[in-house]
Amino acid sequence: MKNTLKNIFHSPRFVVGFIIFVALLLTMIFYPIFNPGDPLERIGVGTFAKPGTYFSMYDATSAKTETFRLADAEENRINALLTGDARTRMIDWMSRHGDDVAGLDPADTGALMEAWGRYYEDVRLSGMTNADRVYFRRLNNSIVNSATAEELLVMEEDPETGDYAQKGTISLTDYVNTKDVANVKTLPLGTDNFGRDTLRELVSAAGVSLRVGLIAGIVATLIGLSLGLLAGYLGGVADDIIMFITNIFTVIPSFVLLILISYSISQEARGASLVAVVIGFTGWTWTCRSVRSQVISLRNRDHVNLSKLSGHSMVRIVLTDILPYIASYVVMAFILQVSAGILSEAQLSMLGLGPKTTETPTLGLMMNWAMLYSAHTNGSWWAYFPVILTITLISFSLNLMNTGLDQVFNPTLRD
Amino acid sequence: MSEKARKDYTKGPSCLKGIGLTRSFGIGDKKMFAVDHVDFDFHEGEFVSIVGESGSGKTTLSKMLLGLLNPTEGEILFQNKPRDISSHAKKREYWKSMQAIFQDPFASYNVFHKIDSVLLDCINMRGGQNLSKQEKFDMMTEACSFVNLKFAELTNKYPFELSGGQMQRLMIARIFLLKPKILLADEPTSMVDACSRATILDMLLQLRDEVGMTIIFITHDIGLAYYISDTVYIMEHGKFVEYGKADEVILNPKAAYTKRLISDVPKIHEEWDLSTVELTSEL
Repeated sequence: MKNTLKNIFHSPRFVVGFIIFVALLLTMIFYPIFNPGDPLERIGVGTFAKPGTYFSMYDATSAKTETFRLADAEENRINALLTGDARTRMIDWMSRHGDDVAGLDPADTGALMEAWGRYYEDVRLSGMTNADRVYFRRLNNSIVNSATAEELLVMEEDPETGDYAQKGTISLTDYVNTKDVANVKTLPLGTDNFGRDTLRELVSAAGVSLRVGLIAGIVATLIGLSLGLLAGYLGGVADDIIMFITNIFTVIPSFVLLILISYSISQEARGASLVAVVIGFTGWTWTCRSVRSQVISLRNRDHVNLSKLSGHSMVRIVLTDILPYIASYVVMAFILQVSAGILSEAQLSMLGLGPKTTETPTLGLMMNWAMLYSAHTNGSWWAYFPVILTITLISFSLNLMNTGLDQVFNPTLRD
Repeated sequence: MSEKARKDYTKGPSCLKGIGLTRSFGIGDKKMFAVDHVDFDFHEGEFVSIVGESGSGKTTLSKMLLGLLNPTEGEILFQNKPRDISSHAKKREYWKSMQAIFQDPFASYNVFHKIDSVLLDCINMRGGQNLSKQEKFDMMTEACSFVNLKFAELTNKYPFELSGGQMQRLMIARIFLLKPKILLADEPTSMVDACSRATILDMLLQLRDEVGMTIIFITHDIGLAYYISDTVYIMEHGKFVEYGKADEVILNPKAAYTKRLISDVPKIHEEWDLSTVELTSEL
């Protein structure tokens, strides 16, 4: 036993898989401690806030300011104003009036501004559609304003008279330390379509999905193992009946079965655990088949015959003379079942047949939400990409551990 | 062990008798008989050899004798009464008088169990559950010393830590503890080296002489059968083609198959006669 464990931890594949898995597991356990609260709390009102650090503008106006004169401040400001789309449209328009603009690099803000200054003054807005004219005029105004504006006034409305009183000014050179701002919120993965903290949701969802996979794996392995042991050891009519049932379950695509069962359970009753059990009930056939074939090859071995001759009961023979010989195989099958369970849950939830959507997030549900609110078309990668990455990492680590175990237990497979 | 020292066991009371024993596999066109209507009569204390080449049905017959496989047809009489192994309790009772040693010592042990538990199982089967620890220890030590093993060195070890010969001797120690009426030895010496072979055969004979055990010795080696047994049954394609006292069968073989088996035995100082070897399409 000790030796086997040592061998397992000498297999590089198993170790890599194990480290990834444990790292994910530790994140799931410890992240909620540092960031407590309901993972489904809606902190934002809008949808899909970008990842980053947010600080309250209201609090920033009353925070202590420092004056910095930074050489690149103006360029940065224009940089932030001009989107990639605006830059290409500017170059496109200018190149219709002059030859020296065609080779301009859209990312080079300095050269772009220099050319824009020449052309916009000279050519003005001749020969373009009204929409374009309005667009460029607005663009030019904002560029000019950002360069010339001196100060912003902060006004306060008197609730009784409705008069405005000046509260302070914000100049171009005022800077605020984020530590001095009362309310700062860092959202490493932004918010999702409901305005929820995506990272907190993701960590919680990964935990639920792993639980779903574990329950599904345990259910599938238990059913497959006990039926396989019975069919293989008893043989004869019992074997025929069990294999008949197993074959029926094998030829009906388990995913179709899964959809039908999930559909017939009402949305209210469909909790994460129930969905996991349903997944387990549809995924046991391959475990059953392979356990059966292993038991058949074991049951005529001499050590089983000797155990029979020693008067041991059938239960004892199955548990002590057959099960230990296939234990390593069952562990590997279990790991694959866990991985398959997580993927099945994700598939089901993508179709909207997963656990009910109000209480717990799962990885599949997060993808379903992202899909429903078109995160993939509006560029909100943070709503679905980390979810896909998490699913991939979980099943990758589980499969890696399985391959590592396979190498240890079946040395003939070693390359 | 001279010829004259042997007591004649072939006249003792019948111990195990088979009438028209048959086992077939498959159905329809694919039906084949592994054991085809064989009759036999083994007596108490008799050393019986069943000789035949691979695939002649020896192992199927031995499994039926052990009660691990049900015959398709025919009857087995145990001590002149029809053998009844219809329930687990009756089977357990039967196995108290019928035990076996298998061919491959490396496959005969559960690799997860220690040697102690193998021997303790035997003591428990003989109703020794309530013996004190010391008594059990003494019994196991005695059994091991019978086969020239030291129990003190074996305790807490796993069977796979022993050599093949030691494992097979431990099997005999198991039989020594159980003291069954009949011992079925299915090629017990084919996987061990020549030195261990003689020791193991000697121990089997000793068991027969001391306990009066009937020994059914299954082998493909007709020379070995001649050296050791009282009665020899020659088996070909599921049937007994010839049987009788070892001297008669081997010194005056009547069936062609027996003659072939005898001539196939390689002898020292003589050229190996291969003229009788049939080259069948299976080879």
